[in-house]
Amino acid sequence: MTVMAYRDALNLALKEEMRRDDRVFLMGEEVGAYQGAYRVSKGLLQEFGPRRVIDTPIAEAGFVGAGVGAAMVGLRPVVEVMTFNFAVVAMDAIVNSAAKIRYMSGGQVSVPLVIRGPGGSARQLAAQHSQALEAWFCHVPGLKVCAPSTPRDARGLLKSAIRDDNPVLVIESELLYGTNGEVPEADEVIPLGVAEVVRPGRDATVIAYSKMVREALAAAETLAGEGIEVEVIDPRTLRPFDWNTVLESVRRTKRAVVVQEGWAFCGVAAEIAARISAEAFDDLDAPVERVTGLDVPLPYARPLEAATVPDAARITAAVKRTLYLL
Amino acid sequence: MADDLTPLYRTMLLIRRFEERVAEMYTLGKIGGFCHLYNGQEAVATGAIVTLRPDDYVLVYYRDHGHALARGAEPKRVMAELFGKATGLCRGKGGSMHLFDVAHGFLGGYAIVGEHLALAVGVGLAINYRGGDQVVTCFFGDGAVNGGMFHESLNLAALWKLPVVFVCENNQFGMGTPIAVAMSLSDRLHEKAEAYGMAHDVVDGMDVLAVRDRVADAVRRARTERAPTLIEAKTYRFVGHSMRDPAHGVYRTREELDAHRAQDPLKTFPRLLKEKGLVTDEDLATVDREVRAIVDEAVVFAEASPVLPPAEIEKDVYA
Repeated sequence: MTVMAYRDALNLALKEEMRRDDRVFLMGEEVGAYQGAYRVSKGLLQEFGPRRVIDTPIAEAGFVGAGVGAAMVGLRPVVEVMTFNFAVVAMDAIVNSAAKIRYMSGGQVSVPLVIRGPGGSARQLAAQHSQALEAWFCHVPGLKVCAPSTPRDARGLLKSAIRDDNPVLVIESELLYGTNGEVPEADEVIPLGVAEVVRPGRDATVIAYSKMVREALAAAETLAGEGIEVEVIDPRTLRPFDWNTVLESVRRTKRAVVVQEGWAFCGVAAEIAARISAEAFDDLDAPVERVTGLDVPLPYARPLEAATVPDAARITAAVKRTLYLL
Repeated sequence: MADDLTPLYRTMLLIRRFEERVAEMYTLGKIGGFCHLYNGQEAVATGAIVTLRPDDYVLVYYRDHGHALARGAEPKRVMAELFGKATGLCRGKGGSMHLFDVAHGFLGGYAIVGEHLALAVGVGLAINYRGGDQVVTCFFGDGAVNGGMFHESLNLAALWKLPVVFVCENNQFGMGTPIAVAMSLSDRLHEKAEAYGMAHDVVDGMDVLAVRDRVADAVRRARTERAPTLIEAKTYRFVGHSMRDPAHGVYRTREELDAHRAQDPLKTFPRLLKEKGLVTDEDLATVDREVRAIVDEAVVFAEASPVLPPAEIEKDVYA
């Protein structure tokens, strides 16, 4: 094991996959000479040259669409969006092209494309740069979506995404780029669609992904001090979703709290809560709780922002509600 | 008949007869959804696609039946797709607007205006990436020129020196909106390429030989110089925007339509062939008979084919 930062784990995955397969190339704003807006592509231009590390204009619709086209004829593009807020500009390429081409062609054409970059809030980036839009992408059949929470998962899931024959969105996090964690020396490819129990427990199940995993673990630590053992599950991939791991846990703990950074209405947590409620109905001892961002565009002021994004305290309270302790 | 010109006539006539039968079948309820016919514009796809090599690529907008046929897709499999049958090019999952035939380098029909211009850029990028010398040809209507994708795609293709031939089929209307209502400097459409330092050309899209020669220049430029071209083919559709609207009466007059019908390539081209002494009336009748037989067979095949079983609905979403 080597301890490295989340951004370096992503960088490692890119280097490993580009060394392994000449069809893999990186394209996006500032990925080359600038080394990546968040330094995820540091050193790549030097190692692989401008053929495989392509700086693009600020034109997401065009270059994401170009990524789709290159993937259609057998390359394996990794397209970096500086943030997923900018992917909104490329929704036509993602939703109408990438997600549909295999189906519309009756299986003739696959789109082995990765679109990656940070999603969610960071520090005071305000409403247009802070959105957690994963539900938009998860909604669409034909797309796969993952949201790694640790350096190990970031590397292993990105490698998996690059090797996958479908369009995969890898939603990273600005606040996780600088966090450290252990990454194995071995060439670890973490399969898409497999959740991880990051903390075992018996009293309630908390499902959280991306940077909300850290909040969930902090809540679990607090609750452990009060004698409440929370099981924390990180689905890691949101589509396809590992229902077995989640349902097995909830049937055991009989209580579930689903955490997401984004808005509640029609969010990923709504889908997870609905499925748990339907499939584990007889096992539940309390209604499924959701902890989500407030239903507002994210405000700029730091205290207001902090009050909008879910945190450990709100997760702790939600767990207690499922235990009828609040 | 002169060998190099017969196939052009045959392809254009095949498209015309095919579309006439599609209209019939649509009226009978055999074909559903949005269905956009190519009547009148046959010279563009025919003249352009004949210049390509088998390993080149073609991407098209939603008015795509003619391009698929010109590219060599089997008429019966195109018809079966329109009928929604399992034997269709896309097993009945694509339909009229989304024909794909990868075996012929036909990378699809796209129904969000402008979307596929960026895909063509990506295909061009992949060709250069591999050091190949193929060419990608991208067809779209005049309506696409006003959207952002046109400009982003032309910029990228010129910036990255990609082997893309952009063929704008200017049929004078974006659905029912005349081009002058929607486009600044609409009489100079092809000159928009100047802004990107891209070669451009304008051609009479009712003249199949002119289209062939000008597109051949662009294809040569793409193949040998890695340089894209924008070609504006001025053409006219003789039918409504889709099967759901009339050919004239709302946004254009019968007189205007009739004036353009005088330029019908299915009239002018055979006339030219006869004037040059290359064909006789009998030759032309023979081609028509052969083409009608192909279309008849396509309809019979489509009728007789099964629909995919429901168990297949959830296949092809993911690889």
